[in-house]
Amino acid sequence: MKPTEAAVLDALSGVRDPELDEPITDLKFIADLRVAEDAVSIRLRLPTPFCAPNFAYLIAADAKAALLSVPGVRHARVVLDDHHASSEINAGIADERGFEGTFPGNTEGEDLDELRSIFRRKSFVARQERLCRALLAEGHTPEELAEMRLGEVPPSGAFEKYLSRREELGLDVSARAPLVVDPDGNRIHEDAVAEHLRFARVTRLSIEGNAGMCRGLLATRYGIPAPEEEVKL
Amino acid sequence: MYEKDGERYFVVDGHVHYWDASPENQANIHGQQFIDCFYGYHSALSPEEYLWPEEKFQKYSEEDIMHDLFEIGYVDVAIFQPTYLEDFYVNGFNTTEQNAVLKEKYPDKFILPGRFDPRDGEPGLEAFEELVEKYELKGVKLYTAEWSGKSKGWSLKDPWAKRYLEKCQELNVKNIHVHKGPTITPLNRDAFDVQDVDEAASLFPDLNFIVEHVGLPRLEDFCWIAVQEPNVYAGMAVAMPFIHTRPRYFAQIMGELLYWLDEDRILFASDYAIWQPKWLVEKFVDFQIPEEMGWAEYEQLTPDIKRKILGLNAAHLYGIPVPDEIPQSEPVGPAGQPTYPEAPLR
Repeated sequence: MKPTEAAVLDALSGVRDPELDEPITDLKFIADLRVAEDAVSIRLRLPTPFCAPNFAYLIAADAKAALLSVPGVRHARVVLDDHHASSEINAGIADERGFEGTFPGNTEGEDLDELRSIFRRKSFVARQERLCRALLAEGHTPEELAEMRLGEVPPSGAFEKYLSRREELGLDVSARAPLVVDPDGNRIHEDAVAEHLRFARVTRLSIEGNAGMCRGLLATRYGIPAPEEEVKL
Repeated sequence: MYEKDGERYFVVDGHVHYWDASPENQANIHGQQFIDCFYGYHSALSPEEYLWPEEKFQKYSEEDIMHDLFEIGYVDVAIFQPTYLEDFYVNGFNTTEQNAVLKEKYPDKFILPGRFDPRDGEPGLEAFEELVEKYELKGVKLYTAEWSGKSKGWSLKDPWAKRYLEKCQELNVKNIHVHKGPTITPLNRDAFDVQDVDEAASLFPDLNFIVEHVGLPRLEDFCWIAVQEPNVYAGMAVAMPFIHTRPRYFAQIMGELLYWLDEDRILFASDYAIWQPKWLVEKFVDFQIPEEMGWAEYEQLTPDIKRKILGLNAAHLYGIPVPDEIPQSEPVGPAGQPTYPEAPLR
């Protein structure tokens, strides 16, 4: 059975820009999508020709894996357009050479695993801050958050997102586990929790600000409708 | 000088350029991609009335820069940052020597930093010393992401970088502007990571490290380093223009910087010709952090704080004389700084 475009897009929506922690479909990084029998091909575009090649490679490789996960897809082709390293990255993705194999001599240590892990941890912190900010707005105090267990957190979209990243990091997600922990799973003590959340806010701000910048640059570069303007002060 | 509501502001623009990115000077496709990238920033974040056509953006005149900075832009002194990029541009993008032409013509208007590249090794060290003596340099601009032959960048942790920083100390070149940009080897690491600044700032406590565009997009890592190292400063190039397109984001950046650093370590910059100081200065002087939920602990920007950021802090670093009519408030000093127990995420 020929895979549907909707099924392919759904699979691609599971691919996130590791740095911005948002789906590549929302970020409008998919420039073109073609489905023919058991083969799918997509074109990717990024905000600038100098976007970091390591993140570009991760996105392209994850997109290819997502395409191949769709039932009925046997061949997947991912092409990155208009990037300073397009030709290297496209050849590397086509031959599944990995990042090190794509840029021999220009990498060091563990392929891209370490980079991915740093940004998973950053997004964990940002998601935790978003959830805690919502709880504080509902009237909880920082001290209460320090005592709170996961089982006591009311359900919400922010909570789900936090839990999924927490699980990905291999941390305890049982109902008895403390809500506020660092990315290694260490509980944040009551007298440090306010400062912990203050610093987490900078991480969240960094990621959100960067994502806004990238959306604006992509819109300018490709003449697509600009992201919703902020209300001017 | 800028005056509004009875308050006077001495303006030092911490980051300006006079580049040649015209097709004639582009050495290869990367020269074109690089200026396209800048043009994207210019187009995405400038008010409409300040947009330039692409051709002018690639190469503008002496008349343009003098007019935009000093005639209409309120700038008293501009810090002329070099960006060599000799692998992308035949004669470089804007070298110290090129900047020196205008510096010689208008000596009181410009501060001239130089640069070094640790990959030039021993011969480069001598050439750097000559450059410092020739132009009496008080600062350098370092671009760790610069390509050089096969190398796609370098780190302040490299042994040769330390040799050059020792040389800076010896020659009294005190202000080290560090610019982080995309593409650096090893390519599998985060190109925007500012942690090498941390080590350099600890090793060289007598040098000042001005991190350009406040480490964006790694603001949290920058803040953490600046909390640890009192000789680390926030250069506002690239962060400033958000005041127009994304004022709430700008307010939060300012709020965090004032909290984690202090008002004495933040330096205004336009990054001309990507953005123009005229509208940035006007909007900044008018700017207030809005009263929003959860923002109560952000410090409000008083005229005294704005005066420091717009010019007095940079004047202090470079020993620029400030006219008597400008009120100068005392430095707040590092006392009362927050301490944060957790290391950044890496």
